[in-house]
Amino acid sequence: MDIWERIPLTSNYAAAYAAKDADIDVVAAYPITPQTPVVEKVAEFIANGELNAEMIHVESEHSALSACIGASATGARTFTATSSQGLELMHEMLYIASGMRLPIVMAIAARALSAPINIWCDYSDMFATRDSSWITMIASTAQEVYDSIIQAYKVAENPEVLLPSMVVYDGFIMSHTYEPVNVAKDRAPILEYIPKNYSRPRLDPDNPITFGAIADPNWYYEFKYQQVIAMKNAYEVLSKADEEFGKRFGRSYGFVETYRIDDAETAIVTYGGLYGTVREVVDILREKGAKVGGIKIRVFRPFPHKELVDSVKNVKHLIVLDRAISFGGALEGPMAMEILTTLRLRSIDVDLYNYIVGIGQRSVTELDIINIYYHASKLIEKGVRLTESIYWGVRE
Amino acid sequence: MSGEKRLSGWKSMSIGGMILEPGNFVKRPTGDWRIFRPIINHDKCIRCLICWIACPEPAINIMDKPYRTATGKEWKFSLEVDYNFCKGCGLCVEECPVKAIDFVEEVK
Repeated sequence: MDIWERIPLTSNYAAAYAAKDADIDVVAAYPITPQTPVVEKVAEFIANGELNAEMIHVESEHSALSACIGASATGARTFTATSSQGLELMHEMLYIASGMRLPIVMAIAARALSAPINIWCDYSDMFATRDSSWITMIASTAQEVYDSIIQAYKVAENPEVLLPSMVVYDGFIMSHTYEPVNVAKDRAPILEYIPKNYSRPRLDPDNPITFGAIADPNWYYEFKYQQVIAMKNAYEVLSKADEEFGKRFGRSYGFVETYRIDDAETAIVTYGGLYGTVREVVDILREKGAKVGGIKIRVFRPFPHKELVDSVKNVKHLIVLDRAISFGGALEGPMAMEILTTLRLRSIDVDLYNYIVGIGQRSVTELDIINIYYHASKLIEKGVRLTESIYWGVRE
Repeated sequence: MSGEKRLSGWKSMSIGGMILEPGNFVKRPTGDWRIFRPIINHDKCIRCLICWIACPEPAINIMDKPYRTATGKEWKFSLEVDYNFCKGCGLCVEECPVKAIDFVEEVK
């Protein structure tokens, strides 16, 4: 039984196809580069009758997510998409969506933040949502975007979780480049995996409840702790959702992906589309005899500490390529900081070399990563440990 | 942390602060926020119901209580403030066209 149709899609379109195949009920969004084609495609699906959903036109991203919150509170399966400044404008509502425990799914074409204005890819927008209690997955291929959005509904709507979820991918580098993607010919098998379920607490005139009430100092803390537990539950639920996805559809991703890691002494760690380049570089360096492998962080929240620890068990050195800056941070690469914390808390003494790359979509070529590897190798040979991030390729 | 009344914990609380029981505020008097107390002078009151409309809570109730004023006028009903919920906003005092509501500081 082949339920799949293989067609060329950008990651933006893959996100729109996933929303269609998840049979979403409501979409509210506001155009922003490079996300816009996602909702344009969704609008097209609605217009030509392939998707029976309500599209709410709004005047800003703040309103877009607000409309999604209202829709999701009624029990509707809700979708939106944004990038960069749009995500920043949603910021306040991110916390309201998660605090009200609404399983909204959002696609994000990652883009740099103003000022100066820059419409191209980096992950500053995603990292700024770090503590918003959204489940966060980062895809590396258009196929993974499609699959992750479907998995995101599975996890978000689980009664043990009920948290919103975002699926992030490179703006332009992925959002606007075509790849072959398997999409469902018919949404029935997808809906068997993510059946629609209206049993969660929701606004229903026959059974009225209140959303968004005040919680005074006697109560607020416990509601936040419920979110802590929900995010912990999401770890297990996402793991099972990915496994079941694999059994049903033949594709699964795990939390952390590794490439030629078994006998590697050094691993190059990254996320998003850059992982494809890292794998190419690993092949090139392997041919030259370097013992190097690649690691991709696919799930950012909940942070995959178990899988990360497993993947580095034989590795001595990590090169972490970060596409965002945490200005003035203990380490200025946000993912490197998570990785280092995870490992040090478990007394795993792996040297970590953090390189900042691809800011505002400054090109990161294979040659860049090869040079980064040799740069780090020299530091490793000399036994130099770094206490700061390295800003690769910045002009003086 | 060691209050006399034990509050329920995160496990038994509704998720996300949802209030699953509609109209449950009757169980939660909020009148102790009040600093000034409106007191209706039943002799002056002309039963126009402006205070009853103006009260945002609403904490002014129409009571089925006949009243005979000092000057001998007969009223079939009276207005009373429910002090369990009156927050002392003073709107009734402001709106009363005959100044029949006194606003008196709460004294413990």
